[in-house]
Amino acid sequence: MLGYLVRRILATIPVMAFVALFVFSLLYIAPGDPAAVIAGDQASPEDVEKIRKSLGLDRPFLVRFTEWSGQVLTGNLGTSMFTGLPVTELIRQRVEPTLSLMIVTLILAIVIAVPIGVVAAWKVGSWLDRAFMAFAVMGFSVPVFVVGYLLAYVFALELDWLPVQGYTAMSKGFWPWLENLILPAIALGFVYIALIARITRATMLEVLSQDYIRTARAKGLGERGVLFLHALKNAAVPIVTVIGIGVALLIGGAVVTESVFAIPGLGRLTIDAIVRRDYPLIQGIVLMFSFVYVLVNLIVDLIYTALDPRIRY
Amino acid sequence: MHRRDFLKTAASASAVAASGSLAAPAIAQGAKSLKFVPQANLANFDPIWGTQYVVRNASAMVWDMLYGVDSTLTPKRQMAESEEVSADGLTWTIKLRPGLKFHDGTPVLAKDCVASLERWSARDPMGLMVKALQKEITAVDDRTFKWVLSKPYPKLLFALGKNNTPCAFIMPERIAKTDPFKQIEEYVGSGPMKFVRSEWVPGAKAVFEKFADYQPRSEPASWLSGGKRMLVDRVEWVIMPDPATASAALQSGEIDWWETPIADLIPVLKRNRNIKVDIADPLGNIGSFRLNHMHPPFNNLKARQAVQIALNQEDYMRAVTGGDVALWKASPSFITPGTPLYSDAGGDPLKKRSLEAAKKLLAESGYNGLPVTCLVAQDQPPLKAMGEVTADLLKKIGFTVDFVATDWGTVGQRRASKNEPGKGGWGMFHTWHAGADCVNPASYTAIRANGDKAWFGWPVNEAVEKEVAAWFDAKNLDEEKAIMARLNKAAMDYVVYVPTGHWVGYQAWRSNVEGVVNGPLPWFWGVKKA
Repeated sequence: MLGYLVRRILATIPVMAFVALFVFSLLYIAPGDPAAVIAGDQASPEDVEKIRKSLGLDRPFLVRFTEWSGQVLTGNLGTSMFTGLPVTELIRQRVEPTLSLMIVTLILAIVIAVPIGVVAAWKVGSWLDRAFMAFAVMGFSVPVFVVGYLLAYVFALELDWLPVQGYTAMSKGFWPWLENLILPAIALGFVYIALIARITRATMLEVLSQDYIRTARAKGLGERGVLFLHALKNAAVPIVTVIGIGVALLIGGAVVTESVFAIPGLGRLTIDAIVRRDYPLIQGIVLMFSFVYVLVNLIVDLIYTALDPRIRY
Repeated sequence: MHRRDFLKTAASASAVAASGSLAAPAIAQGAKSLKFVPQANLANFDPIWGTQYVVRNASAMVWDMLYGVDSTLTPKRQMAESEEVSADGLTWTIKLRPGLKFHDGTPVLAKDCVASLERWSARDPMGLMVKALQKEITAVDDRTFKWVLSKPYPKLLFALGKNNTPCAFIMPERIAKTDPFKQIEEYVGSGPMKFVRSEWVPGAKAVFEKFADYQPRSEPASWLSGGKRMLVDRVEWVIMPDPATASAALQSGEIDWWETPIADLIPVLKRNRNIKVDIADPLGNIGSFRLNHMHPPFNNLKARQAVQIALNQEDYMRAVTGGDVALWKASPSFITPGTPLYSDAGGDPLKKRSLEAAKKLLAESGYNGLPVTCLVAQDQPPLKAMGEVTADLLKKIGFTVDFVATDWGTVGQRRASKNEPGKGGWGMFHTWHAGADCVNPASYTAIRANGDKAWFGWPVNEAVEKEVAAWFDAKNLDEEKAIMARLNKAAMDYVVYVPTGHWVGYQAWRSNVEGVVNGPLPWFWGVKKA
C-alpha cells in the first residue's frame, strides 16, 4: 500500500510537468497582449513595447519557460503581471472561499443525493422514483446560473432569509460563514445531486437484484438494514468514483457560481486572469487545479480499498 | 430593519445571553462605511503605470493633485497655494499649501512634486508635450518648485488638473522615482483616503480609510477641485462582475452605491423606493467606428466616406442603450455634446444618411470586393451591439465582411498590427471614447492624424494636425472654439474615424446615501450615509 502511494505521488510529477508545458505553450500561442491592456487606450505603441519589455514578454519561448519552470520547482509561481503581487499570495487569498464552497456543496450533494438514489431504487417504478428522477433530469438540464438567480431572488430578495452575495471568512463565525454559502452551494450542487442520485439509483438497482440481498431479506433482515448495510455498501464503489469525477464539475461550476454570488474565489480569479491575459496567474491556477484533481483521484482510489476488501494495490 | 438582520439580532441576543459576553466588532462603533460597486476590477494600483479609468477613480481618493478641474473643466488650485508665470510665459513657479501631509505622516515637499511630475510627464500625452519643452524642473525650497520651458505652454494648469488618465497625482519622491513603465509597490498617498493594502483582494475588494491629517480646501468641492471632505470613515469597493448580482445586492441593502448599472435593470431599480437612479457622467461616451487608413479598402477616402454617409447613429445608439431615449443622442461631431468647445462643423454626412450615396462613393473608390476584417469584441456589450449593426450596414453598402468575433484582449493586440487584414491585420474595429477625453485635443489621441504616432488606424492629415497644434497655443475660449470647429470639420472631411453617437449611463444608490453627484468619475467626498 505504501509503495503504491509513493508510486502514485511520483506519477503526479510527469503529469504536472506535462500540464505546465501544455498550458505555457497554449498561452504563448494564444492571441492577446497583456502589455496593451496595461498600457490602456491612450498609450503609444512605444509605451506598449516598453511595458512588454519590462514584463519580459519580448523574450523567446524557451527562455521564459525555463525561467518559469525553475521558479515553480522552488515553489515560486511567479508574479501577477497586473497586480504586481505574487501568484501564491493571490491564490492563497482565494483558496478559502472556493474550498468552503466545494466542501459545503459536496456535503449537501451527498446528504441529499444518496438517500434520493437509494429510495428511488427501493421504490423503483413508483411515483416517488419518477419524481426523484424528474428532479435529476431537471438538475442536469437547468444551468447553474439560472438556479443561482432563482435562489437569490426567492430566498434573498423576496424572503430576505439569506444574503445575495459575498463571502465571510470562517474566522468571523460559523453562521456568517455558512449563510453566505447556502445558496451558492445549492446552485452549484444541483447538477451534482442529479449525477450522484442517478448513479446511486442505477447501482442500487443492480445490487438489489443480487442473490445475497434476497437471502438477507429471507433471513428476516429489516428493509433499512438491507438497503443501507448490504446494498449501499456494495454499491459504494461506483458512487465514490462519480463523486470523485464530479469534483471536476465542481471546479468548472465554481467559476459560474462565484460570479453569480460574487464570491471572491479561485473561479473568479481564473476568469479575471484569462480576460486580462495574466499569464503567470493563469499558469499558476491551472497547475494548482490539476494538482487538486490528481490528488482527488488518488484519494478516491484509496477509498476503494476501504469499501471493497477485494481491492488491493 | 431587514428580516435577516432581525433574525441575526435575535440569534446574537440569544448567544450573548447564553455566553454572557460580547464579540468585538470588526469596525469601531459609529464608524460609517460605504460599500461601492465600481465599473471594473481594481487589478493594479498605480495610476501612472496602468491608465485604466478604474485605477484613476480609486487613485483620486488616495492621491491629491496640485490643481483639479471643476465641473466647468476649469483648473483650480488644489495642493497649490499660488502660481506665478514669468512675463515671457517660460517660467512657472508653483507654491504648495502649508500643512500638507502624506499618509505616512511626512510633509509633502516640493521635491515630491518634482519627482511626481517627472514620472507623470513620461506617460501622459500632455505631459510628454511639456517634457519636450522642459528646460528644467527644480525644487526652490520645501514648498516651492520652478518649471522652466523653452516655449510658452498656456495649457499647463489644465494639464496638471485634468481628469483624463493619467492624472498628475502627487506621491512621495521615493515612490515617484519608480520607472514609469514599472509598477509602484508602495501606496503612500496625499489625498483624503488611505489605501488599505492589507485588505486588498484584487478582483474582489479594495478598502480605503479616511486620512485624519488631510487638509481640505475651504472652497466647496466641485469634481477634482475644492474641499475634499470625507463624510464616511471607510469606503469599501466590492467587485461584482455580474450586473444581476449587483442589482440584487443594491436592492437588499448589501451595497450602497453602484457605479454602472446596465440599462436593462434600470426599470427594476427605479421601481424600488429605497433606491435612487440618475445619470452617472453627463459627459458620457462617444462610440467609434475605427478604420484602418493603411490598407484597402479604407486607405481610400471615398470608401471611408461611404461608411460615413451610410451610418445611422440612431441604429447604433439603440443597439447600445437598449432603446432608452434618455441615454443617447445623435451627435455629428467628434466633440462631447454640451461642452464649451462642441461643434458639429463638417458633420453633414452624418446628418443625411444615404445608402444610395454610399454605394456611389464605394463604386468610385474602386472597391474590388476585398473582405473588410471587422474585429468585434463579444465580451463588451456596447462593442458587440455596434459590431452587429456594422456587419449589416457594410453588407448593405456592398462590402464583403469578414466578421471576426473575438474578445477585447485579442482586439487590443490585433489592432496594433500594421499587417494587411488577411495577414493578421484588420480593417475596422469598434471602441468608445470617454466624453471627458473628447472635450478638447489634450487627451484625445483618437482624433490625431499624425501617421505612425496616431492612434490605431494611423491616419495622416495635415489639416487635422494643424488645428490640434493651434489649440495648444490658443489664448482664450473664443479662439479655442474657432479652432475646434475647424478641427471637427477637418477630421470629418478626412474621416479620421466615424462617431457612432453619444450615450450616457446611469448610476444607482440607496436612498440613505446623500451627496452623490454626477461627473466623469465617482466623487466620494461630500457623500454621507444616514
